[in-house]
Amino acid sequence: MTTNLRIAFLPLTDVAVLAAAHERGFAEEEGLALDLVRTTSWATLRDRLVYGQVQAAHMLAPLAVAVTLGLSQQPAALAAPYKLNVNGNMLVMARAFAAALAPDPAGRLSDPLGTAHDFAAAIGLWKRKPVIGVVHRFSSHAIMLRYWLASAGVDPDRDVVLRVLPPSLTVEAMRAGEIDGFIAGEPWGSAAVDAGLAETVAIGERIWRRGVEKVLAFREDWMEENPETVDRLLRAVARSAVWCDDPANHAALADLLSDQRYVDQPADLIARALSGQIVARTDEAPIANPDFMLFAREATPFPWRSQALWIYSQLVRWGMVEHSPEQAAKAGGVFRPDIFRRALVDSDVPMPGASMKLEGAVDLPLAVGSRRGELTLGPDRFFDGRIFDPERIDEFLSGFPPPR
Amino acid sequence: MRIVIIDDSGLRATVLEEGLRDAGYDDIHIVPPRGAFVARLERMAPDVVLMDLGSPSRDTLEEMLMVSRALARPIAMFVDQSDDAMIGAAIDAGVSAYVVDGLRKERVKPVLELAVRRFNAFAKMQADLDEARTALSDRKVIDRAKSILMNQRSLNEQDAYALLRSSAMNQGKKIVDVAQALITASDLLGGAS
Repeated sequence: MTTNLRIAFLPLTDVAVLAAAHERGFAEEEGLALDLVRTTSWATLRDRLVYGQVQAAHMLAPLAVAVTLGLSQQPAALAAPYKLNVNGNMLVMARAFAAALAPDPAGRLSDPLGTAHDFAAAIGLWKRKPVIGVVHRFSSHAIMLRYWLASAGVDPDRDVVLRVLPPSLTVEAMRAGEIDGFIAGEPWGSAAVDAGLAETVAIGERIWRRGVEKVLAFREDWMEENPETVDRLLRAVARSAVWCDDPANHAALADLLSDQRYVDQPADLIARALSGQIVARTDEAPIANPDFMLFAREATPFPWRSQALWIYSQLVRWGMVEHSPEQAAKAGGVFRPDIFRRALVDSDVPMPGASMKLEGAVDLPLAVGSRRGELTLGPDRFFDGRIFDPERIDEFLSGFPPPR
Repeated sequence: MRIVIIDDSGLRATVLEEGLRDAGYDDIHIVPPRGAFVARLERMAPDVVLMDLGSPSRDTLEEMLMVSRALARPIAMFVDQSDDAMIGAAIDAGVSAYVVDGLRKERVKPVLELAVRRFNAFAKMQADLDEARTALSDRKVIDRAKSILMNQRSLNEQDAYALLRSSAMNQGKKIVDVAQALITASDLLGGAS
């Protein structure tokens, strides 16, 4: 018997795993019929999930944490048993602004610390406080941008203006001069570069080598009441993710995503993120960043609790939530490795033995303990070299200067 | 009570505004979500903000509600979970409402109910309009197929239609689909139509 599932998403390249699960038959093999509901804004996606119009959503990981903590409108316990991708963000700035940075884009991307300091200097030269578009207060992008700017002494709440707007409206806002740059998921940064409006200044993958991005989110109560359906969906997306990660399929995937039902942008723009060939400035050769966006390898989908806690630490850092052991436990509990294990126990998905790890401690590919299969973790350094120990959140937080 | 409707499609906002005025609310403003609409909204200090659930501007608005000092701690209307039916109706109708904290539920509820009714009425109107448009374009397709048959098979209009209709019935298809197939085939074969 076929089970129908409604899943909300935003038009972004990292909806790949869900789109391919539907289009390439992975959902069907599990007896699922997916109804993928395209949504423009994160607020609408959140409400559709919280109020039960959809059973699951392609959600910003920090938004799932924020809704659970009651920070974003109607509080609701959300659960994320599966990560749809890591990495995939790009910061682009108006060409005139970028002119004050290092002239070679490849150099900018590979030296995020230097670029942050150049950026800090460029702020003073700009005609106004730079207005930087972010897709949501509780987005990986906003958190990453804050982290990066602060490393160079820039106060993201004082020295720049962060303006919230949905990803698909960023390019038009650039064109209208309403924002001076933006950080968003692909393909929107590439679209702005391609239109000659902006240049790539930083990419998420170089700020945090393995940055948490979108999760597959459910309402916790629905997830608990429908274990069998949840397991089938996780098995379908896990197989889809392997297909999406395979370079041999990138052209077909880009083509599929370019459809108006999904991203509705040219396939060649979408392909850039998939293959890690980043064009930083119009008409220049692409810069290779093979880990620009990951779907399956290195156990990408595994919801490490330590990653939910890292997100929590950043919300605390910026005064968005009051720190307490109860809140921390609630935030960490949004990521559900237990459900991941249950669903994929009989698959060949590599299965980490632990549920938490140090974040930012791996320099070179590292083989780790796995209950089955080979598991190698990729380098996951933060660009400033900090290491997050989920058992010592207070200590980690005390390492940052207090917000003004 | 000051009500602001944020809407880009002038028609829906007008439909909603009329309803609210008929119900005796007179402090109503329509703000299109463009340019510096957030600053404008801040100056207006509304008690209730109504907008389409699917509006792309909601992220921008919510951010403003979070950082604004002018609207003292505004909250979403649905914070009272006791009225599940009301919430369900609002979400299904595509209404989202933001209400200033402290406004009594009894005062807000009639506004929301009215918005739900008007949103539903508007959706039905749009559906009817779409249906009418489809019917019109179907008619054009069938007329063109008829004229192809009339030219190439020397049929009169009535017989041409009868032929389309019986082919559709035999194939278990809609007349418009058979007509479209005929037009495509005729175009491919370079036939005059």
